[in-house]
Amino acid sequence: MEFTNTAEPIARLIEEFNKLPGIGPKSAQRLTYYLLQSPPERVEMLAEAIKGIKQSLRLCSVCLNITDSETCIICRDNNRDRSRICVVEEPADILPLERTRKYRGLYHVLHGVISPGDGVGPDDIKLNELMRRIQNGGVTEVILATNPNLEGDATAMYIQRLIASSQIQITRLARGLPFGGDLEYADDVTLSRALEGRQSF
Amino acid sequence: MSQLRVYQTEAIVIKRVKLGEADRILTLYTPEKGKIKAVAKGTRRPISKLGGHVELLTHSQLLIARGRNLDIITQAQTINCFMPIKNDLNRLSQGLYCAELVDVFAAERIESAETFHLLRDTLERLANSKTGAIALRYFELQLLNYLGYRPQLQSCTLCNRAIQSDINYFSSCQGGIICSQCIHEEIASRRLSLNALKVLRLWQNCDYATAIKININEELAKELEDVLRDYLKYLLEKQIKSTAFLDMLKVKLVGIDN
Ligand SMILES: [Zn+2]
Ligand SMILES: [Zn+2]
Repeated sequence: MEFTNTAEPIARLIEEFNKLPGIGPKSAQRLTYYLLQSPPERVEMLAEAIKGIKQSLRLCSVCLNITDSETCIICRDNNRDRSRICVVEEPADILPLERTRKYRGLYHVLHGVISPGDGVGPDDIKLNELMRRIQNGGVTEVILATNPNLEGDATAMYIQRLIASSQIQITRLARGLPFGGDLEYADDVTLSRALEGRQSF
Repeated sequence: MSQLRVYQTEAIVIKRVKLGEADRILTLYTPEKGKIKAVAKGTRRPISKLGGHVELLTHSQLLIARGRNLDIITQAQTINCFMPIKNDLNRLSQGLYCAELVDVFAAERIESAETFHLLRDTLERLANSKTGAIALRYFELQLLNYLGYRPQLQSCTLCNRAIQSDINYFSSCQGGIICSQCIHEEIASRRLSLNALKVLRLWQNCDYATAIKININEELAKELEDVLRDYLKYLLEKQIKSTAFLDMLKVKLVGIDN
């Protein structure tokens, strides 16, 4: 999109907004003109907040979740079960799992997934860090919560092989039909896994 | 001439990259159109009509609408998901290797029904075989045939004489065999055992049922793999990405499952 008739700073902000997920050109314009009319303090606060996420954040020294201190809020919580580790691909995957309030263990964020066709191997994600945590002892269960797709499965199978010889229980999030989905559209892999994982009712 | 707005095709998904928040651009290999690209919308959301029907290494029947830039998949139904490949790390790494080879070698929209059938049959073979080694070598040789890079194995690539001696060399840049009389240091080549030469010749010309009847020991299997990989790498002028993972599984985790 070109903004030839717009002042340069306005055009620049519209363009930046437009790059964000879920924000089209129309919304980008609306946000920009809204900020233009807002009091300077509001704009300053927003700018500070945006800068803050990159300046003060780092990775948790235990689970590699994003945090603003040495360890993240979950790893700091003494009420959590430290013998369980739930392995996820990205920090954003922790939030939906936490919302369920069903899990009280710790996490491990891989920051990626094994994707051989893209040249992403086990050494390119935070797998060594996971193995070190496991070798340090005290872990009884590793829950593999990588995405239910080819790369997520490949990563889960690889981790399973790495720790298969230990006494640690390895579990994988159940794969089946999505809530709100339609049986008719289910693919063969999903359906057959849903059948394998069926439970008495 | 006006083109139909939608068309139906069988396809195997050989690559996919993320597009925006929930979409993917798929690279498909089809029997009638060769390699094509199309968008699969919403496939990264849990509730998606396309979902697993357009997962990598899946053979599906697709309905595709022509778009201004990229075509868009509107319906998908799995024909074969090659389940044993999806459930086993070795097979998965082999399947991904085959898909990558087809992707990097095939130009877009050049029809090759043989290549489609070869890929489909190879995935089927990998799903049903224990080690997959012969299936992979057979796949590589046949793919080279279909794409016009068939290595010359009957006569010397320099003097054209039929191969006579037991000592021969394979040269990737010559695209085949060099006899012991023609070999000199300036040509990049590797020594090729007589057994390897015989097996390669056979596989180049026989059907798969015949190909698997041969017994191959570990040493010979390694030689065949190395010769073909060097040749493929030479033709591509780059590494094949998925070989790194293939090799890693062999070295690091050998013996853990069969
Ligand atoms: Zn943490
Ligand atoms: Zn010669």
